[in-house]
Amino acid sequence: MYDRIREKLSILADAAKYDVSCSSSGSNRKNDNKGLGNSHASGICHTYTEDGRCVSLLKILLTNHCIYDCAFCVSRKSNDIKRAAFTVQEVVDLTISFYRRNYIEGLFLSSGIFKDADFTMERLLRIVKKLRLEERFNGYIHLKTIPGASRELLTEAGLYADRMSINLEMPTETGLKLLAPDKSHEEVKKPLGFIQNTITQYKDEKKTGLIKSIPKFVPAGQSTQMVIGATPETDMEIMYSAAEYYKNFKLKRVYYSGYIPISYDSRMPQIGSQPPLLRENRLYQTDSLMRFYGFEVHELLNPNNPHLDTDIDPKLSWALRNPEQFPVDINTADYRMILRIPGIGTQSALKIIKARKFGKLRSDQLKKIGVAYNRAKFFMRCADTPYQLNDPEPSHIKGLILSETNSKYLKVAQNQLSLF
Amino acid sequence: MITYVFDGSFEGLLTAIFEFYEYKPKAVQLFWDRHYQPSMLEEPHIVTSDPAKADRVWKGLKKKISPEWLFNFYRTYLSEDPVIFQHLFEFARYVFDNPPGAENNFGNPHVMAVSKMNRMVGREKHRFTAFIRFQQTTDSIYYAPAEPDFNILPLISSFFKKRFADQKWVIYDVKRKYGLYYDLNTVEIISYEFIQNVDTSKPLLPANMLDEKEELADVLWKDYYKSTNIPARKNMKLHIQYLPKRYWKYLNEKHEKN
Ligand code: SF4
Repeated sequence: MYDRIREKLSILADAAKYDVSCSSSGSNRKNDNKGLGNSHASGICHTYTEDGRCVSLLKILLTNHCIYDCAFCVSRKSNDIKRAAFTVQEVVDLTISFYRRNYIEGLFLSSGIFKDADFTMERLLRIVKKLRLEERFNGYIHLKTIPGASRELLTEAGLYADRMSINLEMPTETGLKLLAPDKSHEEVKKPLGFIQNTITQYKDEKKTGLIKSIPKFVPAGQSTQMVIGATPETDMEIMYSAAEYYKNFKLKRVYYSGYIPISYDSRMPQIGSQPPLLRENRLYQTDSLMRFYGFEVHELLNPNNPHLDTDIDPKLSWALRNPEQFPVDINTADYRMILRIPGIGTQSALKIIKARKFGKLRSDQLKKIGVAYNRAKFFMRCADTPYQLNDPEPSHIKGLILSETNSKYLKVAQNQLSLF
Repeated sequence: MITYVFDGSFEGLLTAIFEFYEYKPKAVQLFWDRHYQPSMLEEPHIVTSDPAKADRVWKGLKKKISPEWLFNFYRTYLSEDPVIFQHLFEFARYVFDNPPGAENNFGNPHVMAVSKMNRMVGREKHRFTAFIRFQQTTDSIYYAPAEPDFNILPLISSFFKKRFADQKWVIYDVKRKYGLYYDLNTVEIISYEFIQNVDTSKPLLPANMLDEKEELADVLWKDYYKSTNIPARKNMKLHIQYLPKRYWKYLNEKHEKN
């Protein structure tokens, strides 16, 4: 008896899953109207898929009908698949019924473009408004910005959504043109810029303190996604593009989604070829080095090194290319340099800074603090480091570290290659 | 070395710390009475929980360590781990006997042990804000049984109260046999009697106790979970690392096919 709604959900969740963002973080909507829900600054994963991805939001399309024909997309017009569309009320009911059972943090709503951009955006807006105003729902809402939608609709949507996002799809304009001739990065930049400006405006108004209660406007900021491996960009091109968007639009996140072949289009990898999981992982590592470790993108990737190493992570790779920066003395160096030591994360670095006030740290203490000492030892000195006449060669260090670690991704990648 | 035996309560732990300074023995081995085996060779000191003494120690700690650490001290206690009780005892002594700021010396083994366990309890708490699954009952109370590793119900109470302010709910710790009940105003601690009609050995309530909308919600959630999966990316090792099997019992999406 539930067949109809079950079928819709399966079609429209399936089509939405290629959008990898599931973050529910960065907002702090409180439940002060004694309604339902709130959102937490750090976000919560309520369950995990069998490949270890976080499930935090009910991620669905309003419809997978679409007037466009982007080659990389399952919902493209020319694709022969089942189509479906939710009603406004169905989306509202699903969200509330999942939320009340603590299955999810909120809703991630996207849509294929039916009729035109404004028509689609208006329908999305109706859903978020109903959730916020009628259901008094304060959980997390991530809303897709429909490219080409009017400023009025976007401004109104921003008053109800926690995050908005719009995908670059391909890392470069050339890549995008190749697969979706109707689309351009320009039409992504326009709404990104407009929404970012409005966010800043609201923040500034708040600062002046003139108006008591400034409503929230996209409090969790904006994000975007690029598909990796469908078009021939280098890692350098991908990350330079990401860095540019982080900077110009103050994005909260850029997501990298390894392309999973979904069509026999000769311009792209064929169905059955494996998604580039190792590469995707290395890109995320690079991304977090830029966001949390104080690295500039050109330190990690540049014309001399346009590709990330596959056998070692980008931080280790940077350290090996810059031996003159090491060894770093744990007991005297500043936070910035300690962070750059392979095997030391942000948590351990903070602990080191606190703990060394009580006396010079020894290797056994560093291990307890959480430092991956077997890796870090080549790049640092502490109280009980034996004196060494000459530093070992980078290539030698690499060999020693590799012989000890087995990257799980490397293993996966290798046995996947052996399948073919 | 003298043996202190206490009742396992937080008040008891603080009292033990008080009585250390009262009697000043050289060193203390602290036992939770539940795990203590009396022996002929020693006469243990029995610590009787004393609210006044506990309060003085708590106030003393408050003066010495940051509010965050004060909370961490309590949170670590909720691990109910006998070894950690000893570390907490030594930790308190260490911060009392040293100038302010000593709690940040991660080179000290007790500081390290407490902060490690604090993180583990924190993680368990965080997991249960995520892994609690409510079932809507016929009398419109949302019910969720749970079996956390540590005694984290006190830590998640305000989270659920704030989030689900407009629905009645019960979260019941099956192992520790007590729960929380929110009646739209306050959260109360409830004992087994409150849910005596429920067979707590089963993760799911029987159909006759469930609201008519429950079945569809459950089916749709399982469908949704299935459809989020991308077979080409399957990685069960990672899956189980994030979602350890011991939690599956109460996660309806991990139950066998419907
Ligand atoms: S416009 Fe969006 S939904 Fe439509 S085909 Fe292109 S990517 Fe897919």
